[in-house]
Amino acid sequence: MIKINNLHKSYKMGSSSLHVLKGIDFNVKDGELVAIMGSSGSGKSTLLNIVGMLDIADKGVYELDGVPIENLDETKAAQYRNKFLGFVFQSFNLINYKSALENVALPLYYQGLKRKDRQEKSLSYLEKVGLKDWATHLPSELSGGQKQRVAIARALASQPKVLLADEPTGALDTKTSYEVMDLIQQINQEGKTILVVTHEPDIANMCQRVVKLKDGVIVEDKKVEQVLAAQYV
Amino acid sequence: MFSRDRWQEIFETIRKNKLRTFLSGFTVALGIFIFVILFGLGNGLKNTFAEFFMDDSTNTLWLNPGKTTKPYKGFKKDRRIEFDNTDLADIKANFPFYLETITPRITRSALVKYKNESDNYTTRGISPANQDVEKSILMEGRFLNARDISEKTKVVVIGRLVAEDLFKNENPIGKYLDIGSVMFRVVGVFQDSGGDREERVIFMPFTTRQLIEKNNDKVDQIVVTFPPRIGHAGSLAFEKKLRLFLKQKKSVDPTDSGGIYIRNAADNFKRNQQFAEVLQLIVTFVGLGTLIAGIIGISNIMVFVVKERTKELGIRKALGATPRSVIQLILQESIFITLISGYIGMLLGILLLKNIGLKLEDFFIKNPYIDNGTALWATFILVLFGAIAGYIPAKRAAKIKPIIALRDA
Repeated sequence: MIKINNLHKSYKMGSSSLHVLKGIDFNVKDGELVAIMGSSGSGKSTLLNIVGMLDIADKGVYELDGVPIENLDETKAAQYRNKFLGFVFQSFNLINYKSALENVALPLYYQGLKRKDRQEKSLSYLEKVGLKDWATHLPSELSGGQKQRVAIARALASQPKVLLADEPTGALDTKTSYEVMDLIQQINQEGKTILVVTHEPDIANMCQRVVKLKDGVIVEDKKVEQVLAAQYV
Repeated sequence: MFSRDRWQEIFETIRKNKLRTFLSGFTVALGIFIFVILFGLGNGLKNTFAEFFMDDSTNTLWLNPGKTTKPYKGFKKDRRIEFDNTDLADIKANFPFYLETITPRITRSALVKYKNESDNYTTRGISPANQDVEKSILMEGRFLNARDISEKTKVVVIGRLVAEDLFKNENPIGKYLDIGSVMFRVVGVFQDSGGDREERVIFMPFTTRQLIEKNNDKVDQIVVTFPPRIGHAGSLAFEKKLRLFLKQKKSVDPTDSGGIYIRNAADNFKRNQQFAEVLQLIVTFVGLGTLIAGIIGISNIMVFVVKERTKELGIRKALGATPRSVIQLILQESIFITLISGYIGMLLGILLLKNIGLKLEDFFIKNPYIDNGTALWATFILVLFGAIAGYIPAKRAAKIKPIIALRDA
């Protein structure tokens, strides 16, 4: 699903430049649930942003579902993001003046679906994350866990090939974190490819494979015994 | 532009961000409102000005005698020059080409009584030509005529306000007025657009005035008019010749700056017109100033709005919004709001101007108005600049990488 070869990325910091990714080789198969770990500054979020086409690599090859991702202009990147990718952020990033349902419907709006179809589809995804009754509520009326579940429903609504989660449990307490991970595991079991960036070992252990980054290179890439989050819920 | 979905998205955004919508709308509405009001009031000021200073004939020379400042032909300096009836005849005889009408003026103040009403008024001994000079409009009766002059009749034509003050609701024609203890019959009532002062004047034959003053032949002031066809240059030549002629006749040194004073209405007119132009310029400047202030206001609001929405736009972009759709969303919303509120501000301004009407006449503002073209044009300018002011930050926001917009602040 994801093929990455010799990926480099550096940021300009005034006159000097900061080399964040120093040649990453990284493949993800269809249906995998992969955790990307590393301390802050290791380059894990940068990697995710490049995979998510929110940022562009300086050098290297990136293929998503057989499509080479290169020479992206903003418009094309936006279309690819809409078609291929679903995002879940640490800080949820819901639009605060839109209800849960409208938030979930937003990627569908950019896909050009009709209003009625958008509503039906969004509602079914809200139901999937167990928030059908909260459809008309604003994000400010939801708890942290509920917000993240709305965000997951939004990421799923556009039926992406890959779900990218950047510290999805970073702003949540342990119990809520496990609930969210349970949901992510369920989605994975339905066949969705998922990348989770985290620095918490217990969250990483709930994935099938853990990739550790340090100073811009992959230092460890191993399969783990998946811990089911359901047993903690 | 006409996608129903995008309009729905915009209406939703407007409905759910009432404060923001109100702020930007209010700025535009206020800008246009103030522009319309100030421009209208400026026009009102111009109206008043035109009425005050543009009402008398412009083809007029006023001749006033004064003191000489130089000794000449055996006369000492500081000699007081006086006009008399022979001057009228001489000017008539010597300037047939330049002269249109001529009238003397003998101005006095007098206590005027009718029954129990009395007040002090300005009386003016004149000849019939004065009617043209002052553009007096006869309301009732007749004006003074040649027979009144030659027979020195005791008749007067009174100003509208004199009639109003003394006669109340009575018809003054044919009634007798006591003017400085001499009885005069009222033969006419006139009005003048030059304001109240000009309508509190009483006209009588100048010969009658001379008769009362021991049958002398003195004249305070001579007013002559010339045919407009001779133009400004002609009037200056006329003025020069007239001055020379009178100085010769009255034995005044031709180089003496005193003795005879001549005021040319054409100069006045020119000055007044220049003043009116300056007034117009000020009105335009005030208008432009408010408009610019409005533009700055709406620009600030737009920058603020886009700034406030940066994160939202980043989320939209992450979810698949193209830069184009982001710009369209912001622009369409801002144009929609500025158009509606600009129109409301314009209507309110025009409505207020219409209602002011004559209420501000005491402050020299009469009939303030703004022509619809100017008002619409100003609204359009403001909307256009609002759109431009929104476009620049919107374009920048559309360019920002979503990760930067989404970075946790």
